[in-house]
Amino acid sequence: MSEATVADTRRLNSKPQDLTDAYGPPSNFLEIDVYDPQTIGVGRNRFTTYEVRMRTNLPIFKLKESVVRRRYSDFEWLKNELERDSKIVVPPLPGKALKRQLPFRGDEGIFEESFIEERRAGLEQFINRIAGHPLAQNERCLHMFLQDESIDRNYIPGKVRQ
Amino acid sequence: MHLFLSIIDRNMSFFGFGQTAEIDIVLNDAETRKKVEHKTEDGKKDKYFLFYDGETVSGKVNVTLKTPGKRLEHYGIKIEFVGQIELYYDRGNHHEFVSLVKDLARPGELSQSQTFDFEFTHVEKPYESYTGQNVKLRYFLRATISRRLNDISKEMDIVVQTLCTYPEINSSIKMEVGIEDCLHIEFEYNKSKYHLRDVIVGKIYFLLVRIKIKHMEIDIIKRETTGTGPSVYHENDTIAKYEIMDGAPVRGESIPIRLFLAGYEMTPTMRDINKKFSVRYYLNLVLIDEEERRYFKQQEITLWRKGDIVRRSMSQQATIAAQRYEGSNPEPTSAQAKEETD
Repeated sequence: MSEATVADTRRLNSKPQDLTDAYGPPSNFLEIDVYDPQTIGVGRNRFTTYEVRMRTNLPIFKLKESVVRRRYSDFEWLKNELERDSKIVVPPLPGKALKRQLPFRGDEGIFEESFIEERRAGLEQFINRIAGHPLAQNERCLHMFLQDESIDRNYIPGKVRQ
Repeated sequence: MHLFLSIIDRNMSFFGFGQTAEIDIVLNDAETRKKVEHKTEDGKKDKYFLFYDGETVSGKVNVTLKTPGKRLEHYGIKIEFVGQIELYYDRGNHHEFVSLVKDLARPGELSQSQTFDFEFTHVEKPYESYTGQNVKLRYFLRATISRRLNDISKEMDIVVQTLCTYPEINSSIKMEVGIEDCLHIEFEYNKSKYHLRDVIVGKIYFLLVRIKIKHMEIDIIKRETTGTGPSVYHENDTIAKYEIMDGAPVRGESIPIRLFLAGYEMTPTMRDINKKFSVRYYLNLVLIDEEERRYFKQQEITLWRKGDIVRRSMSQQATIAAQRYEGSNPEPTSAQAKEETD
């Protein structure tokens, strides 16, 4: 049996792409912004909250747009829930900055502007990484964190169905 | 009287006064036989004579006496053809799967340098020579002069390659895989069995993309497996990483694959060789998203070695190539017609 030495490298046949798929919005749109830090309260009972705004077209999320206010301990709560229930390796949060909470500092401690900005950026990176993870997207705690007005710490952990 | 002379003889061997010899093995077709490069255990490349299954191994053994005039007493001269598997973690045990012997001289003495002919006719060489991470399969000739205290021997390694013809059945690999509601792809490779100078032609079709993909690559992985039962060792080696897509795809996009195998150092697939080891190859399709998460699908392919064919003339090759571009092959056109009616 004789065969040619020139290999056949022609492309395999494929279906032509639908134009609405080609030029429409991608199905993976997910943007979460953490911004507008506000320090609430007085004296030693002060704490900082951040606005967490989510825009998405992923079907797993009930709301395509949501805005909530969260503080650092809420992010810690979410990290713990995911470490316990999901199979993902949860990315690190920006530091707890305990040293900054000690008295007799020369600066504003955890209410220092530069520190708040550093923390804001870290929280934004953290939440975007988690929300984009296929194995974290169906966790009840993540949906509650992003889309419910307030976090119910007595909730029943579980998965969200599409 | 006799005893006295024997004692002197032994002392002479100890102090180097005895006779010794050099052995040299020369093949009869050394001038015409092809040589190929083969990696040694320490990674160096050397050239060895190439043999195929069934070929005769014949040549001459030259025994050159070191000290002229002195006799060489021996208990026999022989030559062996050996094919053996050596596991690095069990060096003491050589597993010989081919072992042939030819006696060249009965016990006696050589008074001068001598040449002996040998021929191993139509020798079976069932497996390909292989030097790997944990195992080595080699073929060699070994000429030995047996003596009372220490034998003199010389080994000559050869390389064996196993050839195949085009497989009768060579179906394509086509599969739909993914993560529920996040990523669905259909991948296709044109064959399941590729020869070592073949081209992998394929495509990745995106059915659902709900993650942010950064790029996609295809890796060739070689897995060497040694041992049986509880102590099985796998050695994975990534032979190639080939990026096939840069950027984020959307639903309905089709990414072509064209990967030329001739550029990579690979062996044919070796399955359960003499029940001692295997060497298998896998295509690993890897998608990486913007958070460096990796999504992958591994698929085994069979590699085989094609024999060299007589090269056609340049004009013949040009004719064949031209026919391809003009679409004389009826298959693609009928497939396209089917698409339009859908």
